[in-house]
Amino acid sequence: MNPVMKNTALFIAMAVLLLLTGIVQSWNSALLILNMGLISAIMALGVNLQWGFAGLFNVGVMGFVALGGLASVLITMPPVPEAWAAGGPGVLLGLLLGAASIGIAIWAYPRLPKGRVRVLGMGAILVIGFIVYRAVFDPAVAAIEAVNPATSGYLGGLGLPVVLAWPVGGVLAAGAAWIIGKSALGLRSDYLAIATLGIAEIIIAILKNEDWLSRGVKNVIGLPRPVPNEIDLQNDPGFVSTAEGLGLDPVTASSLYVKFGYAVLFTIVLLILLWLAQKALHSPWGRMMRAIRDNETAAEAMGKDVKGRHLQVFILGSAVCGIAGAMMTTLDGQLTPGTYQPLRFTFLIWVMVIVGGSGNNLGAVLGGFLIWFLWVQVEPISGFVMDVITAGMAEDSAVRAHLLDSTAHMRLLTMGVIMLLVLRFSPRGLIPEK
Amino acid sequence: MEFFNAIVALSNFVVIPALAYGSQLALGALGVTLIYGILRFSNFAHGDTMAFGTMVTILMTWWFQSIGIGLGPLPTALLAMPFGIVGCAAMVLLTDRTVYRFYRAQKVKPVILVIVSMGVMFVMNGLVRFIIGPGDQRFADGERFVITARDFKTMTGLDEGMAIKSTQGITVVTAVIVVGLLFWFLTYTRTGKSMRAYSDNEDLALLSGINPERVVLVTWLIVAALATVAGTLYGLDKSFKPFTYFQLLLPIFASAIVGGLGSPLGAIAGGFVIAFSEVTITYAWKKVLVYLLPESLEPSGLVQLLSTDYKFAVSFVILLIVLLFRPTGLFRGKSV
Repeated sequence: MNPVMKNTALFIAMAVLLLLTGIVQSWNSALLILNMGLISAIMALGVNLQWGFAGLFNVGVMGFVALGGLASVLITMPPVPEAWAAGGPGVLLGLLLGAASIGIAIWAYPRLPKGRVRVLGMGAILVIGFIVYRAVFDPAVAAIEAVNPATSGYLGGLGLPVVLAWPVGGVLAAGAAWIIGKSALGLRSDYLAIATLGIAEIIIAILKNEDWLSRGVKNVIGLPRPVPNEIDLQNDPGFVSTAEGLGLDPVTASSLYVKFGYAVLFTIVLLILLWLAQKALHSPWGRMMRAIRDNETAAEAMGKDVKGRHLQVFILGSAVCGIAGAMMTTLDGQLTPGTYQPLRFTFLIWVMVIVGGSGNNLGAVLGGFLIWFLWVQVEPISGFVMDVITAGMAEDSAVRAHLLDSTAHMRLLTMGVIMLLVLRFSPRGLIPEK
Repeated sequence: MEFFNAIVALSNFVVIPALAYGSQLALGALGVTLIYGILRFSNFAHGDTMAFGTMVTILMTWWFQSIGIGLGPLPTALLAMPFGIVGCAAMVLLTDRTVYRFYRAQKVKPVILVIVSMGVMFVMNGLVRFIIGPGDQRFADGERFVITARDFKTMTGLDEGMAIKSTQGITVVTAVIVVGLLFWFLTYTRTGKSMRAYSDNEDLALLSGINPERVVLVTWLIVAALATVAGTLYGLDKSFKPFTYFQLLLPIFASAIVGGLGSPLGAIAGGFVIAFSEVTITYAWKKVLVYLLPESLEPSGLVQLLSTDYKFAVSFVILLIVLLFRPTGLFRGKSV
């Protein structure tokens, strides 16, 4: 069987799985899986760009996804004029001062004489900078958070169209990736891994604590959406009569219609990014990236700028994750920093890339769909398995109750087992790199 | 008097908690650094190995408590810890046989082993949650305090109290004993010497007839013991929750790297560096400064440099500074 046929067969099998979900469970949950699958596929594309193309070990995906989510708040929510009046300029000035003191420190570092003078000088610049920054920043933040704390208490966004938030999410993630890449990309692979892991935790900590920015753990809810609201559709006589004409109840029909709208939008984004990634892979640039990945020393000897290329691909991959993060927050309609967990948003994406086939864009996309499907479906499946296992036990058996309660934790176990099996028996994934 | 009050407040809120936390981190980082030195990869599953060993210890503790066996003033968990170590050792040896040995034989790149350890992390995390559930578990019993704040005040007549929780005392004492044993083992026994030789130069060690599988086996056993002890002490001192143990990965790695990956001495130093900086930077200094400064200079705010939620940022920034200016860590670890 040639590879093209095999790949087509794999994607058709994936589509059949989704269709089966639609028939057996409900079309609503099938569309739900499809939508998150599309987003997961985009995240997997981003990680594949970094790991598959260039061999960069980024376990900070969660941070970039969360930054994308932040972008969709900052772009789409209406601004809060009272908060801006209360502390907007103060916050901006404080941030500028903070950035300036770091800038001065970086500027001064090579210019100060080595030894004690440099240590003391750097210390003085940073300490004074920190005090000045806190002095300007803290009162402004307090003023903003005092404005209607129950409903706003933050600066709000720009009130721009939703679709604009997605590219901006990418830009925000790219900016963070530039800073991280500048400082950490020279490190060895496992150091880069720890560094990115740490950055992701810091980004989540910022989102949780900086209430003036995105309300922290108080969450921003009711984000504007690119598709109509279910309620509006149900109140629209035209829509209701069409739905009834199709033999659907208007509530179900409206929810399906909305999810389908999201699916169409996300598919367009995925196809564009996939096309770009394929172009990149087969271009001279893609060949150079793979050459660097396979033998850095040789590539450097051939005059390739290894550090520069690494930075480039790190930024691009993170931007793709940021776009996916913004799309996900739009789909959820809310930003909830408490829900970002590394196992779900970093390591699961890695499972997708490894299972799908690192180095192959189609593989990453397939892995995104398949692993997301399993992540959702393992729970009902293991619930069923547990029912069968415990069927013979007494009704009030403690073991039985424990087993039935624990089905929710089977997903992590299953993901780990799948990943280990693939790494052992098919280390190049379902659709291997050519 | 004011000065002594300041010293007491400082030790109560900064020095003692940081000492206990630092010992826990140091034990965790020792495990990471040993695996790095002998097996040559960063083990992402270490946090979950700690959680697994602690879980076995907790289950044994509950069983002991239910049949009425205890240690009097000491927590029962100390009695259950050897069983936890055995359980954890069985688990890591099983993963080594079924997972890591295959890749070792193939001599794959370290980064592949890191990815494999991510898979092991998922499995262990899932197992722990499956067996004991994702919630908080408290299993400390026995005396709560070595010395309470009130006793300290009546004893010294100072305004500030100093409390030493028994779990903090036990942590530090256990850590000292465990680290002493480990260094004795590495320096004086034949197996310990062969481990160090293997870590320094694998080819030379193999030529001198050192059995690599034996070295690896002993390493896993030591790592299991260290992870269980570290996890149990952390759980006694704070509380046990699988997700927290997973998150400990970051400060533990930071400690190991700051000290120099592959250097046991560095891991200990790194653990205390990270713990002390986390606690000092997130502590509200007002209480101490009130005693030290004249009244006119007393601070109005809390004088907290960063809120406690940013403690990850602290370990991370220290990690970055060390990596940028001294990439092999404070104690010159290896850089493969």
